[in-house]
Amino acid sequence: MSTKRDSISFLEGHFRGLTDAILSDVKPGEELAINLEAEDSTFLRFNANKVRQNTEVEQNTISFRLQVNGRTVDRSRVIGGDLDADKRGLKTMLEECRAEARALPADAHQVAMKDNGRSHAIFRGKLADAKTLVEDIAGAAEGSDLAGLYCGGSLVRANRNSRGQDHWFANETFFLDYSLYNGNRAAKGVLSDSAWNSEKWNVQLAKTKNQLALLSKPLVDVPKGKHRVFLGTGAMTEIMWLMGWGALSAGAWKQGRSPFKKLKEGERKLSPMFTMRENFALGFTPRFNAFGEVSPETVTLIENGEMRDLLTSSRSAKEYGLTSNHASEQESPRSCEILTGTLPEKDVLKELESGLYLSNLHYLNWSDPVNARITGMTRYACFWVEKGEIVGPIKDLRFDESLLDAFGPKLANLTSTAENDPSIDTYGVRSMGGRKTPGALINDFTFTL
Amino acid sequence: MSSTTLHLNKILPKLTNPIDTKVDWIGLRRVREVTTYRIVRNEIPERNSTFLDEGVMVEVLVDGQFGYAGTADLSESGIQRAFQRACETTKASARRKVFSFTAAERPRAVGGFEGRRSKRLDTASVEEIVSTLIAAGSALKASDKIVSRLSQAILVQNEIEFVSSNGSHTKQEFDMVALDLQATAAEGTQSQTRTMNGWQAQTRQWGAEAIDRATLLREGERIGREALELLNAPNCPDERMDLILMPDQMFLQIHESIGHPLELDRILGDERNFAGWSFVQPKDFGTLQYGSKLMNVTFDPTQTGEAASYSFDDAGNPATREFLIKDGVLQRGLGSLESQRRSGLKGVANFRASSWNRAPIDRMANINLEPGTSSLHDMISGIERGIIMDANRSWSIDDYRNKFQFSCEYGRLIENGKITGVVRNPNYRGVTVDFWNRLAAVGRGDTVEMYGTPYCGKGEPSQIMRVGHASPPALFKGIEVFGGQS
Repeated sequence: MSTKRDSISFLEGHFRGLTDAILSDVKPGEELAINLEAEDSTFLRFNANKVRQNTEVEQNTISFRLQVNGRTVDRSRVIGGDLDADKRGLKTMLEECRAEARALPADAHQVAMKDNGRSHAIFRGKLADAKTLVEDIAGAAEGSDLAGLYCGGSLVRANRNSRGQDHWFANETFFLDYSLYNGNRAAKGVLSDSAWNSEKWNVQLAKTKNQLALLSKPLVDVPKGKHRVFLGTGAMTEIMWLMGWGALSAGAWKQGRSPFKKLKEGERKLSPMFTMRENFALGFTPRFNAFGEVSPETVTLIENGEMRDLLTSSRSAKEYGLTSNHASEQESPRSCEILTGTLPEKDVLKELESGLYLSNLHYLNWSDPVNARITGMTRYACFWVEKGEIVGPIKDLRFDESLLDAFGPKLANLTSTAENDPSIDTYGVRSMGGRKTPGALINDFTFTL
Repeated sequence: MSSTTLHLNKILPKLTNPIDTKVDWIGLRRVREVTTYRIVRNEIPERNSTFLDEGVMVEVLVDGQFGYAGTADLSESGIQRAFQRACETTKASARRKVFSFTAAERPRAVGGFEGRRSKRLDTASVEEIVSTLIAAGSALKASDKIVSRLSQAILVQNEIEFVSSNGSHTKQEFDMVALDLQATAAEGTQSQTRTMNGWQAQTRQWGAEAIDRATLLREGERIGREALELLNAPNCPDERMDLILMPDQMFLQIHESIGHPLELDRILGDERNFAGWSFVQPKDFGTLQYGSKLMNVTFDPTQTGEAASYSFDDAGNPATREFLIKDGVLQRGLGSLESQRRSGLKGVANFRASSWNRAPIDRMANINLEPGTSSLHDMISGIERGIIMDANRSWSIDDYRNKFQFSCEYGRLIENGKITGVVRNPNYRGVTVDFWNRLAAVGRGDTVEMYGTPYCGKGEPSQIMRVGHASPPALFKGIEVFGGQS
């Protein structure tokens, strides 16, 4: 018998009981927002197609934002699940918020709390237990050197506030993020869904094995310099992730820190082929942010090469006189996509002609932020291609290239199909969100080491 | 925030084995951490948030497999439920385990640790901290071209208590503060940011004494002035030259090109799917000339006040200072008792988890470059053409920890033994072993500075960890240096 309780049902009742009690304690002149972030997860970590570590985690965090007398205080704590004990803990936390508010100066950029409506969504999944998973995953990969992480369980995001707002979102999902090794050559894959299906895993694994087989050819030592490249969707999502470090943030732009400042201010344009937007219809994450504000279903950020909008939180909107699109306070993309081009997937090698096919990139960072220049490494299945045919895998290369150039005059085409990339971030807690992108064909991409 | 009374050593004997297989060892690790962010931007409070995180990680050994279940339900029934989950999943996992461990990888440990602090963080005045950060923010405003001024303090109070079925009972307490000041100077589409020694590099075990008004005001004035200097400075030239890295960049250089590649779990392949593997091979220990003979690197969790000082790691292994690299030769890896058993290599006490909700893995603690004999003046005066770089701005290295490229905030050109001017966007790149073998001078003891980071990322599921790095300035000969786009 599994010891897992139905976390979603339990938490919904628990959250309602707690928030009813706390919201009834809110005094005149105070506004309170209450947020819940919860997970009940199984993590199975594999090395050499064996289990290195297995971990179960159940954690639920309640956050308060108290606004009183022009002051803003945020406090949060984990809760254990006992209604009386958790009520006591949260009532103490509310008193601590009040005491701290008395000690703080006014918050000039405070955004008045309001009722951002109600929503309720639960997406049930059908996940397997650890015994099944271990046998299905490692059994199918018998004879392979598999390293990776299975991560599955329920995720909940909810919030209510003293103005009446009430949102609840829960799902049950998993991902299996893995790589297959042949010596030091590796091919990578991610399987994610709301229901575990061993047949889907077998099909996915076979594809990755085929990719790994291509890596058995002799290594090609490609000289540094400028090369035509094809960036696969795995490489493109790494770049999209880095853009989340300030490039698309209205606050970062106003504070002089956005690497897309030249794009925003019209000094530079990207290729007319390049369009990027937040698109909550992709279903990676709820439209409401941590304060219950509901974003438009789509927010066009870059359209045909020109910056249209930046991710703008209500706080930045108030500070700089902008219009909020109800971005998160971090102003990072939550459900971002790059629109497709016209290059059929089957023609990628032919159109690349001679150059580098890069399935993945690694450890990206800004090397010259004013010019949106980034550096990083090639990783996993990366090949040298000549006359439209794969010659062999490459030794890892370091690149250093401006995104204003790579997605500007150097962009030759984007593939006509795009792939979803659900977030596999597990720092502290499992994250929601994701990205969708086509691959990109780019001329004269600069390699330096 | 209110504290929970929990008697782990009374709960542990009451746990009831829910499976039909013997549980050979049980550990309970309680972590309680209160983290407060105080951030002020342009003299307006931007964030005042506090997070109380508290839970228990139940750890079991079943059929040679260590497995884990974390819970924030601190009742006896909550911990029993987590114990049951840990047992069930571990039994299932043990059928295909990487290695068959024994309780020898969890030695009996009894003792405690209290990090250095003159004034406990829970006695610090909110008004005093926020008013100091506001004043420091004002000091950053060297001119109207300073468009953004940020001052922040992250205050952490952490307690880790560990009990086990073989008699361990340890309790360790740490107060930690990460400080930062940032000034961004901008004109047109050009901008430059200067911080206090790099992004939150001022991370140490200390108490409320860290928020020293006079120091922060003085630093604020310097940082604002240097941001303006950078705005008007020429780009760093592109050429091969001698490079002096100051301690606030050395900390990153040590972290990325010594710390990570020496982690035994990376060498054993655990991290291949995420953080990466390592160019270091098991046969390299005792033989690889990692750097020049001036290179001496220690693992030292006994260093008072550094970010990762402790008495025991999360396996109960007592922490001791060890040489990782001596006279340039690789001596031992950063590997816990589990990794030592798997690899047969020497290691250290570094099995650490970020909190109650993560399993311990091989981590850095304090990894330090030991001082040499040179003064900074001697290093500069011996250089015909070179550059000094201060404070890390960005970092990138490959998954084997070979090819790196790092960017700094502040560059100063050296010509004919003298500093001749400031340059912006200073970057350098290299390959780890070649780079460290170009080490030509190491600063003496009075030039050592201590830095750290709260954000070392690793692991599946992922975790961030606090690590410390103390270093003097160091001179490297003939390095590829370059700047930004004109």
